[in-house]
Amino acid sequence: MLDYRLDEETEALRKVVREFAVEVIAPQIGGFYERDEFPTDIVRQMGELGLFGLPFPEEYGGSGGDYFTLCVALEELARVDSSVAITLEAGVSLGAMPIFRFGTEEQKHQWLPRLCAGEALGAFGLTEAGGGSDAGATKTTARLEDGEWVINGSKAFITNSGTEITDLVIVTAVTGTKADGGKEISAIIVPSGTPGFAVGKRYAKVGWNASDTRELSFSDCRVPAENLVGERGRGYAQFLSILDEGRIAISALAVGLAQGCVDESVKYAGEREAFGQPIGRNQAVQFMIADMEVRASTARLAYYRAAEKMLRGEPFKREASIAKLYSSEMAMENARYATQVHGGYGFMTEFPVGRFYRDAKILEIGEGTSEVQRMLIARSLGLG
Amino acid sequence: MNIVVLVKQVPDSGSERKLDPSDNTVARATADNVINEMDEYAIEEALTVKEAQGGEVTVLTVGPDTATDAIRKALSMGADKAVHVSDPAIHGSCAVQTSAVIAAALSQLEYDLVLCGAESTDGQVSVMPALLSERLGIPQLSGARKLTIEGSMAKIERQTDGGYWEVEAPLPAIVSTWDTINEPRYPSFKGIMAAKKKPVETKTLADLGIDASTVGLATATSKVVDFAGRPPKGEGVKVADEGDGADKLVGYLAAQKIV
Ligand SMILES: Cc1cc2nc3c(=O)[nH]c(=O)nc-3n(C[C@H](O)[C@H](O)[C@H](O)COP(=O)(O)OP(=O)(O)OC[C@H]3O[C@@H](n4cnc5c(N)ncnc54)[C@H](O)[C@@H]3O)c2cc1C
Ligand SMILES: Cc1cc2nc3c(=O)[nH]c(=O)nc-3n(C[C@H](O)[C@H](O)[C@H](O)COP(=O)(O)OP(=O)(O)OC[C@H]3O[C@@H](n4cnc5c(N)ncnc54)[C@H](O)[C@@H]3O)c2cc1C
Repeated sequence: MLDYRLDEETEALRKVVREFAVEVIAPQIGGFYERDEFPTDIVRQMGELGLFGLPFPEEYGGSGGDYFTLCVALEELARVDSSVAITLEAGVSLGAMPIFRFGTEEQKHQWLPRLCAGEALGAFGLTEAGGGSDAGATKTTARLEDGEWVINGSKAFITNSGTEITDLVIVTAVTGTKADGGKEISAIIVPSGTPGFAVGKRYAKVGWNASDTRELSFSDCRVPAENLVGERGRGYAQFLSILDEGRIAISALAVGLAQGCVDESVKYAGEREAFGQPIGRNQAVQFMIADMEVRASTARLAYYRAAEKMLRGEPFKREASIAKLYSSEMAMENARYATQVHGGYGFMTEFPVGRFYRDAKILEIGEGTSEVQRMLIARSLGLG
Repeated sequence: MNIVVLVKQVPDSGSERKLDPSDNTVARATADNVINEMDEYAIEEALTVKEAQGGEVTVLTVGPDTATDAIRKALSMGADKAVHVSDPAIHGSCAVQTSAVIAAALSQLEYDLVLCGAESTDGQVSVMPALLSERLGIPQLSGARKLTIEGSMAKIERQTDGGYWEVEAPLPAIVSTWDTINEPRYPSFKGIMAAKKKPVETKTLADLGIDASTVGLATATSKVVDFAGRPPKGEGVKVADEGDGADKLVGYLAAQKIV
């Protein structure tokens, strides 16, 4: 009883996002990328399509879809551009999801409607300069004082944290010591503009240049005690479960990039002539592209499978890691071959594959490096 | 304000389109079918009028079963309901016959305003508004780049090569739109989900009281006798710059009456 067809609504959404990506994003994103500029207006339009509300119910302003529809939208966006795709991914699965999953009713009603509409963006600050993979090494602290959290410390590489429409950053911080002597880590909402919360300038990045990534610092930054998300001391476990889902989304994004490599290579191989014929007549070129298609199709099945288990409510941690690991590594490979098919033009930033090449690498690093995924998969096999 | 938008499903003008060699009709079954581009502008205009003045937007399409995709898209953009006229006997109908079917379907609906595209990308006859105007006895305002409804009057800017005319007519009227009139919205996911629950009424020729022998290929007023592909593009003209490149270019453009 296998059925990997998309239902009618998901297919309709896929088509709309495809059209939007081709007609609205493709013609202008190169410029934003080169200028290192965040495309606020494109993001607003994505909001109007309901993309930021996809996995959330209508009572919070969501679109009433599910996590898989979000993945399908991410794939179609990344097929054209990864910067806008990661903006959506981080906004939904890192910025809004913790509030939806672990927040109080008041927090949900206060923050989700604007986030779902794409009028505002949320960010999630976990990584610090001193440690990403080892997230338990968090040094940022928060102490309760007169009904307020007083936060001190800094965060590194935080997506969506400093755009003109960023409403909040959820930060993880050490809030005490557990009974077993370990760190008690909690997650706290810090609204943009809170005194003591400083947003650094944008990093100069190798890829994802039209997305917003910044360093954050907190010095005696005070927010109300009610801004705690979920249970005190459960922050670590909670963000780990959020990251499990996020891996499926990153996998979808990687599949999109890999499929974009196929699209561009097929087109170029048919147009570009060398030795009196289109380069696509050479079997060596055909085989590169055929292999790219094989990788993209296989990786798609991996994320469909992980999403299916997740939506069924079954354990999906291993499948999410498998999907994330395989698709990010194959996206890197597809980008390498797509650039090869394009020859010198593939090394030019104005060609989409030039962007794909630069955007692929981070997929093997963000939301759990390839090594972390292998660690998790090995652990799930009873090793280590 | 009750608005009916005429929507036609056509083979995507961006991909390969074919005629069926057995009867010289458009090969719709194998085509990548989409909403006629201009009709998306008509839908958008209907939604804009509805949002300003209230009322209901009904989509009307005459076409085979696959046309449900076009209907669904229109509904997910925000139209309220749809009427789909589908009958195997309609296959191969000419514009005159099609207009009889559309007019009969319109007569069973209540409308103050009928909107349609200025032309379809397949038949491209651009006569549907005129044919319907004649059959229904209502004025047509064709080729609008702007539409305003003031009380019981419809006013348009009718796009021409050199500029535009201002024309107006009392409602009910039929207005056809160019792609200069607005920027059609993309359906939102909520719209897509809502479209599932919107009513689509399917009608046959019998439901419209039309005798099947009066439509279809056999009695069409015009026939496609033969067709041929567009000849491949010529080589073009190469200008070698020997210090006089600019002059040669201008000379060429002048000879082609481009400048
Ligand atoms: C553009 C961009 C956007 C980002 N957005 C966000 C965001 O929104 N929020 C957020 O919190 N973070 C974000 N990050 C941070 C990202 O998640 C981390 O960079 C990532 O988790 C890796 O952490 P690190 O950089 O500290 O590398 P490290 O953890 O220092 O890893 C360095 C290397 O050591 C390897 N390694 C580490 N431990 C082991 C081990 N036990 N066994 C084997 N190998 C190991 C790693 O796999 C890697 O190869 C972003 C990063 C970038 C570049
Ligand atoms: C000589 C000739 C022979 C033809 N032979 C065939 C044939 O053999 N087989 C065949 O399939 N077609 C054939 N056609 C095409 C077909 O008859 C016409 O396309 C059709 O009748 C409507 O005309 P149009 O779409 O070109 O109208 P236009 O006037 O260009 O369309 C204007 C608008 O009218 C509306 N509209 C048009 N048609 C419909 C519809 N069906 N439902 C709802 N709204 C509509 C749309 O809003 C459209 O934008 C032929 C056309 C010609 C000129």
